[in-house]
Amino acid sequence: MKTKENILLDIKDLHVWYRVYSGYLKVLNGVHLMVREGERVGLVGEAGCGKTTTMKSILQILPPGDFHIPQGQIFYKGQDVLKMSFKELQSLRSREIAMIFQDPTAALNSVFIIGTQIGDVIKYSSAFAENEHKETIKEQSVKALKEVYLPDPERMLINYPFQLSGGMKQRVCIAMAISSPRNLLIADEPGTSLDVTIQDQIHRLLNEIVEKRKTSIILITHSLGVAKEMTDRIYVMYAGTIVETATPEVLFKNPVHPYTKGLLASVPKISGGGIARGIPGKLPSYLHPPSGCRFQLRCEQESPICSEKSPPLFEIEKDHLVACYLTQR
Amino acid sequence: MKQATNNEILKIEKLKKYFHIGKDKKGPIYVRAVDGVALNIKYGETLGLVGESGSGKSTIAYTVVGMYRPTSGQIMFKGKNIGVEASRRSLFSKKEIQIVFQDPGSSLNPRQTIEQILALPFRIHTQMPKRQFRKKMVELLEKVELSPDYLYKSPPSIGGGEKQMVAIARAIASNPSLIVLDEPTSALDVSVQAKIINKLIDLQKEMNLSYLFITHDLSLMRNVANRIAIMYLGKICEVADSVTFFEKPLHPYTQMLISSVPVITEEEKKLKPKKVISIGEIPSPVNIPPGCSFHLRCPYKMSICSKVDPEMIEFSPGHIVRCHLFAKLENKK
Repeated sequence: MKTKENILLDIKDLHVWYRVYSGYLKVLNGVHLMVREGERVGLVGEAGCGKTTTMKSILQILPPGDFHIPQGQIFYKGQDVLKMSFKELQSLRSREIAMIFQDPTAALNSVFIIGTQIGDVIKYSSAFAENEHKETIKEQSVKALKEVYLPDPERMLINYPFQLSGGMKQRVCIAMAISSPRNLLIADEPGTSLDVTIQDQIHRLLNEIVEKRKTSIILITHSLGVAKEMTDRIYVMYAGTIVETATPEVLFKNPVHPYTKGLLASVPKISGGGIARGIPGKLPSYLHPPSGCRFQLRCEQESPICSEKSPPLFEIEKDHLVACYLTQR
Repeated sequence: MKQATNNEILKIEKLKKYFHIGKDKKGPIYVRAVDGVALNIKYGETLGLVGESGSGKSTIAYTVVGMYRPTSGQIMFKGKNIGVEASRRSLFSKKEIQIVFQDPGSSLNPRQTIEQILALPFRIHTQMPKRQFRKKMVELLEKVELSPDYLYKSPPSIGGGEKQMVAIARAIASNPSLIVLDEPTSALDVSVQAKIINKLIDLQKEMNLSYLFITHDLSLMRNVANRIAIMYLGKICEVADSVTFFEKPLHPYTQMLISSVPVITEEEKKLKPKKVISIGEIPSPVNIPPGCSFHLRCPYKMSICSKVDPEMIEFSPGHIVRCHLFAKLENKK
């Protein structure tokens, strides 16, 4: 196995529950996820499978009071995030990890100008804490905006978010995330709310930044095509569990888990050939999830063992792990 | 293209829809959402209408179903002009044209049961006595693979894919011949999308429906549409059948769109034109650039492009493109 040094983030057996009126929604059910230094990791899954919950638990920005973590560990550079003090968490959020959210319109505050919002991020990140002069902050904001290819960055600083288009807003959000050096970027569906040509531009920009700065990135997406083009390793998530992880080449050529297979077949292709029938059934209820494998109700190859115990991640080859008992037969 | 053919169920000619948004010194300001569009749909065909947000594709859909009155132009449905708002249309044309909206969460009334939702088209479009409704509704639900007990459920208690199935059932209740599908699957996951799309294709064969399928997802279009039309800032850029469209895209904008699609197989990669890298953003439809509206983002820009708006050219039979690059070729011939 890899040495500890080059593993940046390591999530082990993470469970997250949300409290609702009728009990607990058992959303995450043993998530294992690992990011090496300088690696681009993709997290793919359908809506409501817990992608964003996983990311929010890394930064500990889950809705306060409504969640419960019965077990699990999140190691960032060898330190458990779940046991960090408030101060340590603040420095983690301001200096180490940055998150880019799905909807740039909601991520930016509409009553403050862009300059204030970027300036705040720079002010609270350590890199410029000693000389937090207005001029320095402005310089840094302009530099960040230039880096994301926004035209006329000086004028951009005095604009309100509503004066910008969706693509430009997302660029501003990326500028905020990279305005100070970070070791890990979390991009939560950065192109989903944008048009396909703009989405392409945003993805190219992210790729360029990651390459230039050698940061690690976790890219959350529900589009398998995006994951293939953007990442070094892909995690496929279903109903709060990681079902398969592999490099894109292996995953698209040789998917093992029935869910991955069904998902790959459902993607329409520009070379034609029709669309497969999709996956029957729907996501299980998080309030009363089935015991054992959470995919068993929709799986065509289920056996008695599937409902007894949830399958651990079996290693098929290096970097190709599958949570399915089929691999053991 | 020009000659009248009687195998067209819908023929849109010179359709314009301007929205008045204000006034300045020069006069009223308009959003030119649809600016001179010509399209036709044949019987039993699926026409895919693709464009970025703000290109006016939904405005065309709403004008076809009569939610808007066109500023000018004609909408010929089965040979009759229906270019007016729905309240002035005949009941027959309303029965024949139905629509499925993008977000089933807001197109179905959450306070009604599915039974109430599905009963409305029968009450309006048939003379059937009320007691026969239920039998018909169960048949409808069977068609979209939902069990009869869904009649007593309400939209918030069922999943997104099922809601869209109910919306489709409502659309086919009046036995229409043309259905406008306004991004029916863009709010859904791919595995659910596959199910809905297959159902729509089955229904098309079974009921001999024609579809006007609006989407921004090109790879979906490849598998669903017979012909594809690309829209940019209220105008059509290119129309072609779906195979030619992906194998020989002509308009630079089409090439840009196809090269932006994320793909998963090697086969698809080969289809992607490599050269065109997407730059810039779609301009506001209030200030449409002079000349060809695409010239600000076009990599093959010529001096004529910023002055003259190109004409529609039939490049090869059934393959229409609106670009100066091909006008030249035409003249040389």
